[in-house]
Amino acid sequence: MLTFIGRRLLYMVPTLILISIVAFAIIQLPPGDYITTMIAQMEADGQSMDAATIEALRDRYGLDQPFYVQYWTWISNIVFHGDFGHSFQWNRPVGYLLGSTLPFTMLLTFSTLLFTWAIAFPIGIFSAVKQYSIGDYVATTIAFLGVAIPNFLLALALMYIALTVFGQPVGGLFSDEYASAPWSFGKFLDLLGHLWIPMVVLGTAGTAGLVRVLRANLLDELRKPYVVAARAHGLTERRILLKYPLRVAVNPFLSTIGWVLPALVSGEIIVSQVLSLPTTGPLLLRALRSQDMYLAGAIILIVSVLTVVGTLLSDILLARLDPRVRLGAR
Amino acid sequence: MTHHTIPEAGNPATAAPEALTTHEDIDQPPVRDKDRASQWRLVWWRFRSHRLAMIGLAGLIIFYSVALFAPFLAPYSSSTFDSDYIYAPPQQLHLVSDGDWGLHVYGYELEQDPDTFALTHTENPDDRIDLGFFVQGDPYTVIGPVTWDRHLIGPTDAEDPVYLLGADRLGRDLFSMIIHGTRISMTIGLVGVALAFGLGVTLGGISGYVGGRTDTLIQRAVEFFMSLPTLPLWLGLAAALPRDWGTTQRYFAITIILALVAWTDLARVVRGRFLSLRTEEFVVSARLDGARGRRVIFRHMLPSFSSHLIASLTLSIPAMILAETSLSFLGLGLRAPTISWGVLLEQAQNFRVLQDAPWLLLPGLAVVLAVLSLNFVGDGLRDAADPYRS
Repeated sequence: MLTFIGRRLLYMVPTLILISIVAFAIIQLPPGDYITTMIAQMEADGQSMDAATIEALRDRYGLDQPFYVQYWTWISNIVFHGDFGHSFQWNRPVGYLLGSTLPFTMLLTFSTLLFTWAIAFPIGIFSAVKQYSIGDYVATTIAFLGVAIPNFLLALALMYIALTVFGQPVGGLFSDEYASAPWSFGKFLDLLGHLWIPMVVLGTAGTAGLVRVLRANLLDELRKPYVVAARAHGLTERRILLKYPLRVAVNPFLSTIGWVLPALVSGEIIVSQVLSLPTTGPLLLRALRSQDMYLAGAIILIVSVLTVVGTLLSDILLARLDPRVRLGAR
Repeated sequence: MTHHTIPEAGNPATAAPEALTTHEDIDQPPVRDKDRASQWRLVWWRFRSHRLAMIGLAGLIIFYSVALFAPFLAPYSSSTFDSDYIYAPPQQLHLVSDGDWGLHVYGYELEQDPDTFALTHTENPDDRIDLGFFVQGDPYTVIGPVTWDRHLIGPTDAEDPVYLLGADRLGRDLFSMIIHGTRISMTIGLVGVALAFGLGVTLGGISGYVGGRTDTLIQRAVEFFMSLPTLPLWLGLAAALPRDWGTTQRYFAITIILALVAWTDLARVVRGRFLSLRTEEFVVSARLDGARGRRVIFRHMLPSFSSHLIASLTLSIPAMILAETSLSFLGLGLRAPTISWGVLLEQAQNFRVLQDAPWLLLPGLAVVLAVLSLNFVGDGLRDAADPYRS
């Protein structure tokens, strides 16, 4: 087990380095830099900047250095000093901006993951055990719809319904009176009251996919001879189901965290933008539009790293549960 | 899964007698013909029995026909707008009023708020606008220099405003816009998947066929790409596209960006197939017969899993369509004047606008229907892909 974890951790190092290079390359791609955007903005306002100031600014941020030098400055500051650079747009350290949004992103992603499981698990079992029943057809239809409806469309539709039927706008994670209040039990309840909408919106696609996976796996297992043998021994149906086939069918369930997590993180951006949540998603969008490179790069990097770490955790969990995984990978 | 693959499946010598069977054979019970039917015919028989897949297939045929004949089917051209009818609500279709038959809608009565200058539109039952089929309207090009100005449905007098699904922020007819958007939205998936297919089949094939260190290397690359959250990656790349690029350039750039991520799934499918087929008897015997690598791959292995491949391809198109819609919705994908469902949905981003004009969400319905159809067809194909399995 330890060897397994050790090897997986080792594999992660080149992956993380590659991710950081990709993240930095992406934010370097657009022609021009933030200074260009700033000059254009000032010119639009009728102001101008003298060449010396521009040079000084470029020099200060190292914007005219070659790619690898800039990359090295960037990544070494992050790794060795925890310094993510400076956001031009907000005129604040990137670390500060991340600190105020990242916890919400993680909270949202994590609670959505739990929600997805809590819903997908019983529905998946039901539709496999009662194959071709009305309930199975309903679950299958909803699953297909869940995959076909884009997240943002669902968010928009929910928003419209909330607005017209209940007469109150949804969006954000807090009501106005709690928005800048210090943490309290009331604020926590208020958060829960707001959190369920993005959670449901984000969870639909994942739930739909997982229901399909669990149903297919369980159906395969239920047809195997050992189930017949167990039944012949006179075990109750519930015991047969829970004791053997389910445990095998759950394996792929865990391994899917690997692809559920990137999907959730991607979905979070667009849903947060629509529902105007205080997460990293809208921040990334704004940063990308205004070429606020350090902010955009830091968000892409952190979100990708978190995804890789999450995938690793799910792999370890899977190896813990299924000896074939940790032994087969030897 | 077991593979009772018939090696001659792609061989022209055995395909010849199949060509002699007449069309009537399809309607006869498949049991009798099963032994001499070709692989593709077996796939089709199995596919046909999948009811949802057949519905999906009908949906797909409709969507791509709409894409093909968009300028003819839409009442107005994609550049027609009337600022008098900004956010005009959808008109109701009437068949008969005052005992007078004929398809028609009512015109709008415009009222301007004296303070905010906002226009409100109410339907005016006295102002009858007759609709007709094959009516004269905006001219469009059919092929090359050939132009036509007939539209399947539209107002008999081209000057009359007809907004069956309401108007958007520029006063364009949303119904026409959705039809015009079908072109881009439905083809971007095809082009993207074609690109991803090239990458996926090449790399997955090499990975599965050669094996060893090459396989490990390619698999690591695939895992790397799969571990990345796609949207931030897409957003970053899309934001990097120069703003002065034309619509065609942008279209292809976006498809390439989408394909960059989508190829990994296909590569895994292809690799898995190659690995499982490599040790099959017919492949071994082909190799022992002295067939070269390329011949083994294209003549013997590829035909036996091409149906699986088509199923995987079909199932990866919806993701492309959804991705394009999301990117365009965020304003980082395609941009006006290009018309796609995502670009149209971008107008619905503001919930104040949505409150006044909820019909702006309708392009989303087109997205959902298209994705559902593709998923149904893909599911049916996947079930039918291995017709030799009992």
